[in-house]
Amino acid sequence: MLQKIVLWTHKRTSNWQQMPDWLSSLLVILLAFLIGALFIIAIGASPLAAYGALLRAAFGSVNGFAETMIKACPLLLAGLGISLAYRAQFWNIGAEGQIYAGGVCAAIVGLYLHGLPTFAHITLTLLAGMIGGALLGFFPALFKVRLGVNEMITTLMLNYVVIQVVAYLLHGPLRDQASGITISPQLLKSAWLPIVVERTRFHLGVLLAVGLALLIHWFIYRTVLGYQIRASGENRRAARVGGIRVNWVIIWTVLLSSALAGLAGAVEVSGVQHRLVEDFSPGYGYLAIAVALLGNLEPVRVIFSSILFAALLNGADAMQRAAAVPVPVIYVIEGVVIVLVAVSIFRRKGSL
Amino acid sequence: MMSDKSPSVIVMRGITKRFGSVVANDNVFFTLQKGEIHGLLGENGAGKTTLMNILYGLHQPDSGEILINGVHSHIKSPHDAIARGIGMVHQHFMQVPTFTVIDNVILGLQPFYRPALDRRHARQRLLEIAHLYGLSIDPDAYIWQLSVGDRQRVEIIKALYRNVRILILDEPTSVLTPQESEDLFHTLRRLVENGLSVVFITHNLEEALAITDRITVLRNGKAMATLPSVHATKEELASLMVGRQVLFDIPTLDLPDVSVNEVLSVEKLSVKGDRGSLAVRTVSFSVHQGEIVGIAGVDGNGQSELIQVLAGLRAPYEGRFFIKGREMTNASPREILQAGVGYIPENLEDALIPSFSLLENAVLDTHYTPPFSRNGVLDFRNIVRHARALIQSHDVRVPDEMAKAAVLSGGNKQKFIVARALARNPQLLIAAHPTRGIDIGAEEYIRNLLLQKRKEGMAILLVSTKLDEIMSLSDRILVMERGRIMGEMLREEATIERIGMLMAGSEA
Ligand SMILES: Nc1ncnc2c1ncn2[C@@H]1O[C@H](COP(=O)(O)OP(=O)(O)OP(=O)(O)O)[C@@H](O)[C@H]1O
Ligand SMILES: [Mg+2]
Repeated sequence: MLQKIVLWTHKRTSNWQQMPDWLSSLLVILLAFLIGALFIIAIGASPLAAYGALLRAAFGSVNGFAETMIKACPLLLAGLGISLAYRAQFWNIGAEGQIYAGGVCAAIVGLYLHGLPTFAHITLTLLAGMIGGALLGFFPALFKVRLGVNEMITTLMLNYVVIQVVAYLLHGPLRDQASGITISPQLLKSAWLPIVVERTRFHLGVLLAVGLALLIHWFIYRTVLGYQIRASGENRRAARVGGIRVNWVIIWTVLLSSALAGLAGAVEVSGVQHRLVEDFSPGYGYLAIAVALLGNLEPVRVIFSSILFAALLNGADAMQRAAAVPVPVIYVIEGVVIVLVAVSIFRRKGSL
Repeated sequence: MMSDKSPSVIVMRGITKRFGSVVANDNVFFTLQKGEIHGLLGENGAGKTTLMNILYGLHQPDSGEILINGVHSHIKSPHDAIARGIGMVHQHFMQVPTFTVIDNVILGLQPFYRPALDRRHARQRLLEIAHLYGLSIDPDAYIWQLSVGDRQRVEIIKALYRNVRILILDEPTSVLTPQESEDLFHTLRRLVENGLSVVFITHNLEEALAITDRITVLRNGKAMATLPSVHATKEELASLMVGRQVLFDIPTLDLPDVSVNEVLSVEKLSVKGDRGSLAVRTVSFSVHQGEIVGIAGVDGNGQSELIQVLAGLRAPYEGRFFIKGREMTNASPREILQAGVGYIPENLEDALIPSFSLLENAVLDTHYTPPFSRNGVLDFRNIVRHARALIQSHDVRVPDEMAKAAVLSGGNKQKFIVARALARNPQLLIAAHPTRGIDIGAEEYIRNLLLQKRKEGMAILLVSTKLDEIMSLSDRILVMERGRIMGEMLREEATIERIGMLMAGSEA
């Protein structure tokens, strides 16, 4: 079956590198699931049963779907941010830290700003999250354009710093004294994102994220800054020759990128957790890199890849329970996707 | 000197290659004989590069067959081609700038599990090859230190080191000075004396007639004819290429006098090059309204650094320059563009975004100004109109404006860049090698266009390695050598000998 598809695409395009990239993304996913299936068979379980359980858990009920979508939401927002940064060839791997920074700032506004109407309070909470994320992205961007410091190192290091700061805050100033564990008190109700689908946790942030994806698509292809982001990433030198202020573009791109990751943190805090929790992101910031790459840095496609990864996250437990397939099989699938996406990107880049 | 009985080392039969709706090669028949230099001619976009890319395994033909030494062969990749003895030197080299010549040559030959590189043996082989074929090169120089001509020799050595018997050169002379071209021809003759075969793509008919044994002419993807060079004439080749009679005389325009209005004035400018030493040394000159000033010189004598400073891409070390009286010494590229400057960079990669459509590329240097954008939002209606105008007025051969810049043929990219720079209607045009890689028809067109613009009052600073271009276009000629202006003369005073002497560094 797979071979047939490969042959078919081969014949259609006569050249592997000319394969449309959406097709190669689909092939990557297919291949990842096939390899996952081999592992499941090796364990002695049935891949069909396992994947069936996974799919049912992720999409089979209103609640399951809602749970998938609220996991997709931070992945989508951070993935959009990463897409923007990578378009400008700024290798931001600090989305995780930016998510936490956004979460903290959102929590502070959500906890302590009393007496605001709901709409204003939510807006301010989310805005605070964006500012928190942007602040964290600003310095690596500045160091990059001013001093040429490699952004991969700075953004990654900041992740650890921020996660420690969050831990400190939760052990000290922000801690809910009434609780036995290190969590903050609940945000004021006026800072909670409203629930859209009753009796689920499907909150307004999900729709906001999808709306933003469409907006960013328009932004990238139709605005001057979007054009300059793409041009600076594709060919820095030609961009400069054309009069684009590349450094300035990079700073703005990273601010937008990290603000989106910060928003992801804020949405998680104000829409799902309703308080600051120590490990509120199960690595969304790292997974979002795979989400962005699988979506080929195309905002609209990132919607779908975020849902895919969220479904894997969400369905993994169900798969373990229903088909006795351990959760790490899911990590295998994720890992294969990441590796294959990386390979296909290199192949395409190499052919230029 | 070639007999018809020489065996064919390559036979390409019925080769057809389509890219979407474009038929790049249409049932092409091409043979290469042992020990010959075979010229491949044709207009921009005729399919020369495509045909050779197929032979080099970069493209798979849609139909047709390839015989190597009489054996049916399916060439899957460049790697495969090299294994079968076919090497190709593209116009844009794949080299690692931070590696030495020797490391670039042996790159990829060493199995990864054997870490110790046998450099001594490699150096010896490299020097033997260089000596045998007259390719002067320092094996320990870093690539970034080398001129284009040097880098081309590295590329040729790379192929010879891999024991190729067939060498394809895609427009090798377009980046060379006349002297460097002579050296290259000398090498090519040595190659064929040693039984190798060479395919040589060029737009220069004299060159083709001088160096090749046979010539194949492509037109619109079809092979029009293959003929022995001794019997061919320029006129015949030209009419085969374009399908009609071509005139070779440049019409002498009746040019008005140069005005006194200075547009560009450069005062004692010094510039450091990438190597940290001074590449331009206290250079002063000016360009007036309605004047073309040509800078002649062997590539790598400071011309690149000079125009990069004038375009705002490199900071000067000392000195100043003014555009229309305003000091622009430390201005950004955008400020300089907005001061009314048009810029045609040396390398066309510096002027195009390959993955962007021509539509988007058409406004690379103007998209942030009206009418192409308003309030930060691009206005595609105006952009489309502009792109179509560029493509049509300059006869850029491309299916439509949505095509990616990467798929244009070399010459069509260049035409597009020139069109874009002129469409700004700049008061000062900085043009580096404006006709590089462009076919004879389009070359005449662009030269006439520059003269026309001069007549309308444009000031033009022209850098070119083609002496005939400098001499036929410039009102004044500056000769650069090792960063200095060695001499300045009016067109009437200029002779090839005099410029040549100055280029070689001796005061005339
Ligand atoms: N990868 C590609 N995709 C689509 N079209 C292509 C591609 N490569 C080449 N073409 C088209 O095929 C035609 C032939 O191009 P080719 O590069 O072979 O021309 P050429 O004879 O080398 O021209 P030049 O003298 O300008 O270098 C052109 O119309 C070009 O636009
Ligand atoms: Mg070509």
